[in-house]
Amino acid sequence: MTASDALPALGRRALDLLQRLGHSAFFFLDLLRNAPAALRRFYLVIAQVHAIGNYSLVIIAASGLAVGFVLALQGYYTLSRYGAAESLGLLVALSLVRELGPVVTGLLFAGRAGTSLTAEIGLMKAGEQLAAMEMMAVDPKSRVLAPRFVAGAISMPLLAAIFSAVGILGGYVVGVLMIGIDPGAFWSQMQSGVDVWDDVGNGIIKSVVFGVACTFIALYQGYEAEATPEGVSQATTRTVVISSLAVLGLDFVLTALMFSTPR
Amino acid sequence: MGRKGIETLVGVFVLLGLIAVVFLALKAANLASFSTGPTYAITARFDNIGGLKVRAPVKSAGVTVGRVTGIALDPQSYQGRVTMELDAGVKFPADTSAKILTSGLLGDQYIGLEPGGSDKSLEAGSQIRMTQSAVVLENLIGQFLYNRAAEGGDKK
Repeated sequence: MTASDALPALGRRALDLLQRLGHSAFFFLDLLRNAPAALRRFYLVIAQVHAIGNYSLVIIAASGLAVGFVLALQGYYTLSRYGAAESLGLLVALSLVRELGPVVTGLLFAGRAGTSLTAEIGLMKAGEQLAAMEMMAVDPKSRVLAPRFVAGAISMPLLAAIFSAVGILGGYVVGVLMIGIDPGAFWSQMQSGVDVWDDVGNGIIKSVVFGVACTFIALYQGYEAEATPEGVSQATTRTVVISSLAVLGLDFVLTALMFSTPR
Repeated sequence: MGRKGIETLVGVFVLLGLIAVVFLALKAANLASFSTGPTYAITARFDNIGGLKVRAPVKSAGVTVGRVTGIALDPQSYQGRVTMELDAGVKFPADTSAKILTSGLLGDQYIGLEPGGSDKSLEAGSQIRMTQSAVVLENLIGQFLYNRAAEGGDKK
């Protein structure tokens, strides 16, 4: 390939990328515009919260418990070297509430709920159900996509809060019941170091952002999937990859905005 | 499963999530320890506030009676001016003194109030006159080294 070919190819790729970005941005605006309509037909949202939230509950709670256990074990190993084992509660709570709760829940959410959304929408498209809805003058965006979008944005913060709470209880089980740290010190150190707005509040903001991002990516990939079995499978894979990267990238940006200035 | 069943399950899920948020706010964080009652503000000037931070507790006899709400440098005296909110239910004598103390060797710094014997009490906006600055470790070490050097000089 000569330079005269390479340059147009590069330009085409850049334009492609821009076009896809703009396309997805309009899709996002469409979802936002249709969200109030979905809220008016709330039973649709409730059914989706059931599909997204309730079915993710077990894996979220189990992961939270495991993360809490491991955090307490590893944290104790390091803290006890400095004679600060009493701060274990603070370490576990801050790690969970600020970072691990929203981020790990976001990753699990992308894997558990995001993939099923993409596959569902992709198969609806492959089965021409979406086209049939349009034929009946029913906008699939407001009837099918928006309720799922709202449900994802509602479920994710609740799941993240459950993750953090279960994780702290797991840390309590390992730290206090197994290792034998004083329970009073465990809770009081935690309460003196964790702030409601700065730590818990920012964690919840993070999880809302991740919920919106993951659900949007899953719906977009499903809606834009090629209407073939391979197309749906590729879209599902893309959902997991892009959502996970988006969660990690957004987390860095949000952390830099929220926590980078110590007071 | 009918709509009712799904709604119940979703209700359980939302309830669990809300319980988790309340648990995080009350048990893991310090929402419960915020005093919601009325407070009054007083100020104190310190030569050096050390590592004191906004929202650090103000204690008297070890009991938390308020929080630091503002720290600023006084441009005239070049002292640190600390504003604190105290519970309205606790009145201190006007000649109360304030110290910046450290909880434990490496702990956070807080303000300790020691009540004096005056009949008048501190009003909102008044200033504590007697203050003791934070202990700065570097200054202590410097002083210690200086004293040692001076002792060594005496012996020779």
